[in-house]
Amino acid sequence: MIKRTLAACVAAATLSTAAQAADVEVLHYWTSGGEAKSVAYLKEKLTEAGVGWKDFAVAGGGGENAMTVLKSRAVSGNPPTAAQIKGPSIQEWGELGFLSDIDSVAQANNWDALLPGVVSEVMKHDGKYVAAPVNVHRVNWLWANPEIFQKSGATIPTTWDDFLVQAKKIQDAGYIALAHGGQAWQDATVFEAVVLGVGGPEYYQKAFVELDADALNSSTTEEVFRVFGEIRGLVDENSPGRDWNVATSMVINGEAAMQIMGDWAKGEFTVAGKTPGVDYACVAAPGTSGSFTFNVDSFAFFAQSDADAQQAQQEMAKQILGQDFQKVFNLNKGSIPARLGMARDEFDSCAHASMDAFVSSAQTGGLVPSFAHGMAVPEAVSGAIYDTATNFFNSDQTAAEGKSQLIASIQSAM
Amino acid sequence: MSVSKAKKPMTLESILPKIVLAPTTAVMLVCMYGFMIWTGALSFTKSRMLPQWDFVGFDQYAKLFSNPRWDVALNNLVVFGVLFIAVSLLLGLFLAILLDQKIRLEGTLRTVYLYPMAVSFVVTGTAWKWILNPGLGLEKLVRDLGFENFEFRWLVEQDMAIYTIVIAAVWQSSGFVMAMFLAGLRGVDDSLIKAAEIDGASKMKAYWYVILPILRPVFFSAIVILSHIAIKSFDLVQALTGGGPGYASDLPANFMYTYAFNRAQMGVGASSAMIMLMGVLAIIVPYLYSELRGGKNGR
Repeated sequence: MIKRTLAACVAAATLSTAAQAADVEVLHYWTSGGEAKSVAYLKEKLTEAGVGWKDFAVAGGGGENAMTVLKSRAVSGNPPTAAQIKGPSIQEWGELGFLSDIDSVAQANNWDALLPGVVSEVMKHDGKYVAAPVNVHRVNWLWANPEIFQKSGATIPTTWDDFLVQAKKIQDAGYIALAHGGQAWQDATVFEAVVLGVGGPEYYQKAFVELDADALNSSTTEEVFRVFGEIRGLVDENSPGRDWNVATSMVINGEAAMQIMGDWAKGEFTVAGKTPGVDYACVAAPGTSGSFTFNVDSFAFFAQSDADAQQAQQEMAKQILGQDFQKVFNLNKGSIPARLGMARDEFDSCAHASMDAFVSSAQTGGLVPSFAHGMAVPEAVSGAIYDTATNFFNSDQTAAEGKSQLIASIQSAM
Repeated sequence: MSVSKAKKPMTLESILPKIVLAPTTAVMLVCMYGFMIWTGALSFTKSRMLPQWDFVGFDQYAKLFSNPRWDVALNNLVVFGVLFIAVSLLLGLFLAILLDQKIRLEGTLRTVYLYPMAVSFVVTGTAWKWILNPGLGLEKLVRDLGFENFEFRWLVEQDMAIYTIVIAAVWQSSGFVMAMFLAGLRGVDDSLIKAAEIDGASKMKAYWYVILPILRPVFFSAIVILSHIAIKSFDLVQALTGGGPGYASDLPANFMYTYAFNRAQMGVGASSAMIMLMGVLAIIVPYLYSELRGGKNGR
């Protein structure tokens, strides 16, 4: 009796794996409205191409939960076909030997020519493509409410020194100068904008991507902390713990004049029925107009033993870099396509500005990975930077103390 | 004990209990002690994202104790643990004594005080987050009532945030402590109190010199339960402050989770877990020791 039941179980298990052979199982954490819509389009494209989609969404905005699930799946020898992993984490997974090489698809579709060098570098492990990028977010945006600027006689700042001056004017007029949510990653996002604006892309690259000890120990770092410290007084007292979209709505509702946040904030303005350039302004964060901190979302592909599964995986990789998917996905998500040379008339003016900056900064060296969004350094180091930034911003440490804590915590994380 | 020593033939009756208990014992051995040992071993390796078996001795512990965030978490645990246990005990005892005065509606009141225990820490944390938020809760309410200068903003102050966690945790647990004391008080022999009264002791004195000493075991159990709640507190912090502002209200459990699972520093995470285990053992072992010894004396 037991034997028969066992046999039935085994048969059922084999049957179900056979049925899944041409499916892709995709682990992702895009569960909010606009994001879910973006993913649904990929599913649609794949279904058209005859590949089944097994959704494996793990909620939790920053993806921490998804990564925990992924680790346990990978260790137990049953990884999904593809998972939403980005930045240096791709290298870490590649190092551990979990990723599968999709170089043949990449060569056939000429990815090297379609993707900017900095992006394709992130997608490769050992010179072979192991991941496909879906979008590019620009993080160094300043979102402004022009009405408040007008009422308080301020102008939109282009340098950090100017920012501090204009913010005072706004405060004097009775508004909140900077809408900010006091969560570690948001503190780090503002910190990153200050680093780039005060230090410039070269310093940013040396200190926060290459983690060069001399650059970190320079007087520029102290100046960065000085400016970052000044910003403490420009946010309202209720900011600790606030979500980023609540902060964005403060700009939309005319309570606060500015927010420094990546271009996903645009989605909030769009939902509120606001038009870029009229109801709100999107400009580069102070001092960073020629630069671009990028945050690229991507799918990394996990090694599959089954030939059919490999086939489905290749098809998925091909679809992700397709013009169609890149356009629809990014229109929904507020980002810009990762591949170059796409028709751009359906995108809005903020996205146009982002695309222009993306191309031009790639030539001038102003295109830098975002450390606040896990693109520049391994998780352990970005965590250390988070800790320092958030602790500094919420305390009354001096700039010198901030600098020495930064150096100490980066060292202990390496 | 002497019975089991006597040689008896193996009968079904004698081995059945062992068979029935075997799965549970096996599961407990593997899932509790096995994983404890595994975590202990991990804490001596240089594991980052996934377990890796390159042993590095006490390096991870050295890293852990040079980490300012761990310092903050440990200090917070001391502040939180001491205040939480002390306030919950006093408040619980006080409520229990009041309820023990043979008042009307005792059943209803008891339920009211006990109810918070039925709510999960996540719910407690979220509710208190709203209550304590200066722009939303208590501060705004009092200001709207006309007291313009009223200030209560511990939640957003770096050096006070840990006390908001104490408030929420006490709210949650003191009702439970009350129930424990109430049960203890009910077990006190009435004649003892009467005897004290006849001897001319005031009510205060009767409680202090007669009843509280009798409640000693209840104190003990309450402290053990509360202290392990304090050490493993995680969800309350996540929901109430998210460890913020900055990381000012982090507790060791939050630190461990962040480092082991979010930061790809499994070695540091494992070593912090081991330190927490030592903390628990430091409380549990003396307790078990005294309990078991007490048992032998035929208490």
